[in-house]
Amino acid sequence: MTALTLTNVNKSFGEVHVLKDINIEVEEGEFVVFVGPSGCGKSTLLRVIAGLEDATSGEVHIGGDLVNNTPPSKRGIAMVFQSYALYPHLNVFKNMSLALKQEKQSKAVINERVAKASKMLNLEDYLERYPSELSGGQRQRVAIGRAIVREPKLFLFDEPLSNLDAALRMNTRLEIANLHDTLAASMIYVTHDQTEAMTLADKIVVLRDGRVEQIGSPMELYNNPVNQFVAGFLGSPAMNFMPAGFVSEGDPRTIGVRPEDLRLQDDGGLSATVQHVEHLGGDTNVIAEAKGTQITARLFGQHAINQGQTVTLGYAPERAYYFDKEGHRV
Amino acid sequence: MNKARTNPFNNIAMHGALILYTLIALFPVFVILINSFKTRKAIFREPLALPDADSFSLIGYQTVLKQGDFFLYFQNSLIVTVASLFFVLLFGAMAAFALAEYRFKGNTLMGLYLALGIMIPIRIGTVAILEMMVATGLVNTLWALILVYTAQGLPLAVFILSEFMRQVSDDLKNAARVDGLSEYAIFFRLVLPLVRPAMATVAVFNMIPIWNDLWFPLILAPAEETKTLTLGSQVFIGQFVTDWNAVLSALSMAILPVLVLYVIFSRQLIRGLTSGAVK
Repeated sequence: MTALTLTNVNKSFGEVHVLKDINIEVEEGEFVVFVGPSGCGKSTLLRVIAGLEDATSGEVHIGGDLVNNTPPSKRGIAMVFQSYALYPHLNVFKNMSLALKQEKQSKAVINERVAKASKMLNLEDYLERYPSELSGGQRQRVAIGRAIVREPKLFLFDEPLSNLDAALRMNTRLEIANLHDTLAASMIYVTHDQTEAMTLADKIVVLRDGRVEQIGSPMELYNNPVNQFVAGFLGSPAMNFMPAGFVSEGDPRTIGVRPEDLRLQDDGGLSATVQHVEHLGGDTNVIAEAKGTQITARLFGQHAINQGQTVTLGYAPERAYYFDKEGHRV
Repeated sequence: MNKARTNPFNNIAMHGALILYTLIALFPVFVILINSFKTRKAIFREPLALPDADSFSLIGYQTVLKQGDFFLYFQNSLIVTVASLFFVLLFGAMAAFALAEYRFKGNTLMGLYLALGIMIPIRIGTVAILEMMVATGLVNTLWALILVYTAQGLPLAVFILSEFMRQVSDDLKNAARVDGLSEYAIFFRLVLPLVRPAMATVAVFNMIPIWNDLWFPLILAPAEETKTLTLGSQVFIGQFVTDWNAVLSALSMAILPVLVLYVIFSRQLIRGLTSGAVK
């Protein structure tokens, strides 16, 4: 059974057309990440799924039911917000149990579910505390706990990690991944961070300007991007783009080469001046300039390369991607 | 800690200015209070002197308590003020929530229309209001005053509260919607507690003018049984002779209830401010 089906969903705010003919399917138990630059409509799409915004046209099915006119609380979803959105005047227990109380669940059920969720998230010692007495990571766990206790058909995450610091972000990312394994629930996760998308997703939906650019597994998108935007958006550091004229005279296309596919090669076709070197220990990122185009090379291991030095870079021809003028892959 | 902030000279200067202002603001109240305990002659001979054994007199208070039904006036003023504040806050907050929260056609226009009352004084419409009250048979009832004061207080209340309600996080309201709270529950249980300091501000702003108003009680409810305190005190002010003892005593007593109300609201204000500080 499909957890979510979007059919030709459109959304306009007055004159502004924010979502354009979105068609997406999410299978039961799948972890789907919506990714795209800010302003691409990914959060609006999530709000349409949640029922916080109405779709201007198109159909939203959750668990097989048409939910276009169903209020958020009846859609069988739970949502985790970027700003945590905990009720400041309620303690952790009450924050987590409010939705169940609204559903008129019995006290025994409420207590059992909150206990289970708080155990899963290591929140047992904090049930009596108020949100203002918790750290950022704890607050985010409470927000996740609030979603878990509802046992929804579909979890919605709206950039849940962007308010956390780097170390905490990685831990929480792992926790969310574990959670997905334990609960085996369908999840939709919105982010602008391609690392989160690559690490968490079973399936990534890349959005740009309210349109779906490509849908596929992380490796599919990485190895086989349909256009220059997807190729440039996934992977870190981002793919290098340069006129194909650099290597073969008169070629109007654009070549894309991932930084990790570039290597130092004396007979390589690219001669570049090093502008900056990032020594990361395990890797060395070389940012160089060739004929006015900036090129990043990610070299494995440690290299003694200095600023201002000229290097010759090469790549295996089968690792290069070609794009036409409109950015389509050719 | 910021050095400039802990500079003792700055501290003294700041407190000095505040104390000076407090003294200036409290001085008239103080003069009224001391003179209300003096004989009529002493009031005129030495207005600024404290009451001593010779000049001490409770004649003012006795007159006030004997003449007219002062407790009834008190009660009327209190009912009018509290009821008006209740309606101003309730309807003001509801209108502000609708303006701040929902996108609908004419939202801005409606906001401007509701704010119009800030610029146009309600007293301009006194004649029309009186005609309406006569037509509806509300003249000489407390309802006439409560309705007028509610109308008078709403524009500013809507204006202030809608600004504050816009600051309540959208995520929070959406989280409540996902959790199954109705729009009314979101309003009463989530948004109202969060804008409590703003509510207290609005209450304080509205309370004093309502309590002190003479105009509308005089025009809309001058009957003995609906007289407010301010109107009741007017019997002691005559065209030729004014009973200053009684006037000053009545005014001294009139301060008390507002003081109590103010303390209640200002405590809310402080509590609201500190609870909002740690987000």
